[in-house]
Amino acid sequence: MSRTERTAALKAAADERILMLDGAWGVMIQRLELSEAQFRGERFAEHPLPQKGNNDILILSRPEAVADLHDQYFAAGADISETNTFSSTRIGMADYGLEGAVRDLNLQGARIAREVADRWTAREPGKPRFVAGAIGPTNRTLSISSDVNDPGARAVSWDEMYAAYQEQARALHEGGVDLFLVETIFDTLNAKAAVKAILDLEDEGYEPLPLWISGTITDRSGRTLSGQTVEAFWNSVKHARPFAVGLNCALGAELMRPHLAELARVADTLVAAYPNAGLPNEMGAYDEGPGETAGFLREWADSGLVNILGGCCGTTPDHIRAIARAVEGKAPRRVSQRGKALRLSGLEAFELV
Amino acid sequence: MRPTFINVGERTNVTGSAKFRKLIEAGDYPAALSVARQQVEAGAQVIDVNMDEGLLDSVSAMRTFLNLIAGEPDIARVPVMIDSSKWEVIEAGLQCVQGRAVVNSISMKAGEAEFLAQARACQRYGAAVVVMAFDEEGQADTRDRKVEICRRAYGLLTREIGFPPEDIIFDPNIFAVATGIEEHDNYGVDFIEAVGAIKAELPHVRTSGGVSNVSFAFRGNEPVRRAMHSVFLFHAIAAGLDMGIVNAGDLPVYDEIDPELREAVEDVILNRPGRTNETPTERLVELAPKYKGDKLQAKVVDLAWRDQPVAERLKHALVRGITDWIEQDTEEARQQAERPLHVIEGPLMDGMNVVGDLFGAGKMFLPQVVKSARVMKQSVAYLTPYMEAEKAGQVRKAAGKVLMATVKGDVHDIGKNIVGVVLQCNNYEVIDLGVMVPADRILDAAVEHGADIIGLSGLITPSLDEMVFVAGEMERRGFDKPLLIGGATTSRTHTAVKIEPAYRRGPTVYVTDASRAVGVVSGLLSETERGRNVEATRAEYVRIRETYGRGQARPRASLAEARGNAFTTDRSAHQPTRPSFLGVRSFPAYDLRELARHIDWTPFFASWQLVGRFPAILEDEVVGEAAQSLFADAQLMLERIIAEGWFEARGVVGFWPANADGDDIVVWTDEGRTQALARLHTLRQQMSKAEGRPNTALSDFVAPSGADYIGAFAVTAGHGELQAASRFRAAGDDYSAILATSLADRLAEAFAETLHKRVRRELWGHAADEDLSVEDLIAEQYQGIRPAPGYPAQPDHTEKATLFSLLQAESNAGIELTESFAMSPPASVSGLYFSHPQSHYFGVGKIDRDQVEDYARRKGWSVETAERWLGPILAYDPAARRAA
Repeated sequence: MSRTERTAALKAAADERILMLDGAWGVMIQRLELSEAQFRGERFAEHPLPQKGNNDILILSRPEAVADLHDQYFAAGADISETNTFSSTRIGMADYGLEGAVRDLNLQGARIAREVADRWTAREPGKPRFVAGAIGPTNRTLSISSDVNDPGARAVSWDEMYAAYQEQARALHEGGVDLFLVETIFDTLNAKAAVKAILDLEDEGYEPLPLWISGTITDRSGRTLSGQTVEAFWNSVKHARPFAVGLNCALGAELMRPHLAELARVADTLVAAYPNAGLPNEMGAYDEGPGETAGFLREWADSGLVNILGGCCGTTPDHIRAIARAVEGKAPRRVSQRGKALRLSGLEAFELV
Repeated sequence: MRPTFINVGERTNVTGSAKFRKLIEAGDYPAALSVARQQVEAGAQVIDVNMDEGLLDSVSAMRTFLNLIAGEPDIARVPVMIDSSKWEVIEAGLQCVQGRAVVNSISMKAGEAEFLAQARACQRYGAAVVVMAFDEEGQADTRDRKVEICRRAYGLLTREIGFPPEDIIFDPNIFAVATGIEEHDNYGVDFIEAVGAIKAELPHVRTSGGVSNVSFAFRGNEPVRRAMHSVFLFHAIAAGLDMGIVNAGDLPVYDEIDPELREAVEDVILNRPGRTNETPTERLVELAPKYKGDKLQAKVVDLAWRDQPVAERLKHALVRGITDWIEQDTEEARQQAERPLHVIEGPLMDGMNVVGDLFGAGKMFLPQVVKSARVMKQSVAYLTPYMEAEKAGQVRKAAGKVLMATVKGDVHDIGKNIVGVVLQCNNYEVIDLGVMVPADRILDAAVEHGADIIGLSGLITPSLDEMVFVAGEMERRGFDKPLLIGGATTSRTHTAVKIEPAYRRGPTVYVTDASRAVGVVSGLLSETERGRNVEATRAEYVRIRETYGRGQARPRASLAEARGNAFTTDRSAHQPTRPSFLGVRSFPAYDLRELARHIDWTPFFASWQLVGRFPAILEDEVVGEAAQSLFADAQLMLERIIAEGWFEARGVVGFWPANADGDDIVVWTDEGRTQALARLHTLRQQMSKAEGRPNTALSDFVAPSGADYIGAFAVTAGHGELQAASRFRAAGDDYSAILATSLADRLAEAFAETLHKRVRRELWGHAADEDLSVEDLIAEQYQGIRPAPGYPAQPDHTEKATLFSLLQAESNAGIELTESFAMSPPASVSGLYFSHPQSHYFGVGKIDRDQVEDYARRKGWSVETAERWLGPILAYDPAARRAA
């Protein structure tokens, strides 16, 4: 299939059923119990900074392990798997001194996922598999001050953020992803820089790809870390006309539900959610089992809240398998058009009907 | 006014407000922010920010002011209108707002290409646009030209680049009237009529205007200007004007304007014919001085809190993050206090505690907390000279030096950064080493800087181990400074159990969240409080460790000794009963009403933290009233659960021939007892026992040979439980959600109890004559037991897998096991049945390495796997053991 055919197939599949994204990568990589040397591989054996914990580097140092995780998630029933590139921006990689490897990370990350996905599509043509280019939030923030004595100070500029995202998106595009997934958004301004960087690629002749935008509500207050409500967040990113908008991370399914319901109320596009496996317990592990997570998500499907489901921190192929089974045959949420109105936002939503 | 008219605050506009311009020119941004806050409090739904002033670096001023607003939730709550005639200023502004803003403005004055390029950029930044009625020829002044230009712009935007029409706001130019130039007299009418025509012709668009322009001729006479604005808006809004840049809260109500003034103003705005030989303009000019200086309407900012006592005012200012009066309030508090320090320790810390509580309860969010900390800082800064004077010439220094780092292997630092900000606000010097910092660097830096406290942060699980390592290194290198632990995966228990024991010389304290950091740090550094705080924390952690690792240090028997002291019984005295059937039998849709009768209510109340035995608890002096009310609600809901079939109860029971084989139990396929169907593994008590008291394992209750049997069951009342709970939760009714869940749990327990009774009397029939009351049943006055894997008699959860496969519980009762062997739905109970008359419940307690090795061999596990699953009952520390 060509990419145009694949994106068409993606949209057609979303019309028919609830699509499955994959689950967590962190917990699966942790289970591999890789050593510092294994993280580095040959290419980075002599790198001056420690690399253990730099999950993205495995794309270059242990590509077979990354391919295997894509494979495990597709086998569990995922329609879409994310590239292992959550932190692969110039900004995210600065802590590891790997700014120079950013293009390779994204290009190879996309290619590895592409190859595994295509193998599954060849094997099961009735269930094509897709690759989402994962674009994380970076560890810098455009909306929060970096210096108490100067509340207007920022540790990063828009231009740096924009350039970092564009470099990542360009390489992911060339590596063959089917869609972009801007995820774990705790600061909407960061996400807006990513969105603009992606939309602007069109001017360079890159074929526009579907875009999925996923915010993070950090606690019970129902706000992003940068303070926006769910509806304000949607108003801030709706100009991207995304293929899907959703929530992920920070919360388990139970606590995420009211915020997801709010998003489903306001968003006139596909709604996606991939919660954590509950909240971490006091020893730092997630213990919500596949059955529990699937139970919550089944109810979301029954309530007509979602079009795409998956898992974030602490979820495994077993979770994805259980969720896929729990929602199999259930109708996806129907996207309803909202009446036209001037919709703006600050931390809260504004609407002039 | 129509309720849908949008006030756009105009006071943060250097071209419209001289006061604001002066503040920005002087770089007094705190005061400039107060202007913005007052506008929002006065009702502005959007605030217009304009920095177009010749002497200003407008790009930098726009960026600075918008970045500052981002840290002020009271202001940032509303959308921003980025107002400039220069595109580079607009673009700088768009790069600073996370919300969806309005660009004010773009136009066709430099041609279509630039207009469309800017509009497309606005689309990609995600902003609505104000389009001025301005083209290559100039600004439109007449009604027809205004409409014509807007029509053309609309066509270009919607057709050429697909700009959403609902994001277009036309500004058909408000010009000054009553200037004395006759051509200007109809400008008000031109605008109002253009608004009507544009709204009628161009679907979904909005209209706006800079209202104060209309009264420009009356500069210096605010009452007349306000009356003109009010009258102008009254008519423009009626024609369809959607928003206006006005001083929100500063407009007189149309009906309350002095009738004489109103009529004169109205004649001017609507360009009506003169009533006398004077023109309307001449008449208004003549009338105007009469109204000068009149306070038509006071500002409507709610300042009621200013009337409260000073301590309350400080609290309010802290909670709301308002700095406007902080110095004068601090001064007042200082005068009332014996020493300046008491202001900090008293009202300020009280206020910060309120902030901490609200934050903890999810009623405040982080930017607000950070802002509160800033109010604190200003107040402390004000008090500082007084405290220094008190110390008579002593050099004032920071309250303490805190060194912070995200530990090696972890790159998450937002939480740490927030703690840093909050601490700095409270006069602590913060040395932030950043992320992925190895232990030696942290400790070297701590020595170099002479840090008073070391704070470690981390978000991912492996960071927990790294923190233990850092703590160990501190111990090894002889540190005695306090160690703070924080971050998403850290916990009080982990800190108490793993980290604190590694670092004995100094105190280790877990910090729940950023809002608690100041309290903890000041408590640890205070000369007078330090000892007490450290002792209290140590004592608390000792308690937590005891709870966590209860019973680790008792003397223990070897596995061989324990087996030699197994529970034995005279097998000849007891002939096991053959169950009424062998194999499994399922119980679909069990009668909920029958189950409701068997509910044990005492644990129900305990789950609501009401402690006492049922029914006495209903009469309890302290909790009786709460218990009665809860019980009544529970009864009502129970009735609905039954009547409306919210839950479905399903269960499965099975019996098989079985014999003990050491500490295992072999389950046979049939009475031939040659082919094993499954092997159940049990664990044996290893605590040293008094003479005559056996070291029991569940296998002791089954005969090693001859005709004996074992049973098993799995029941649930939880089908429908999660749905019911989330239905309530979605409706915001957490109380009912929890009630439904706790009732499902009770029904499942009642199901297990009811089924066990039937097992004893008929299904197995080993106690066919039993006739016990519900109370006796609850008191377990019966023969035979039903222990569950994961509970004290067999703490290994993985045994549930064998149990479930014997029962085929998933297909027979719809109960699934998660990867950690939890049952789903949660309101489920499972277990084994033993019928031996002397079988009884017991706790395995802690076990030693010899049994773990033996158990691992029997289960086909590695010892490490066994240690993981049996972690909570190990009598030793596997990590320490491996290291040794």
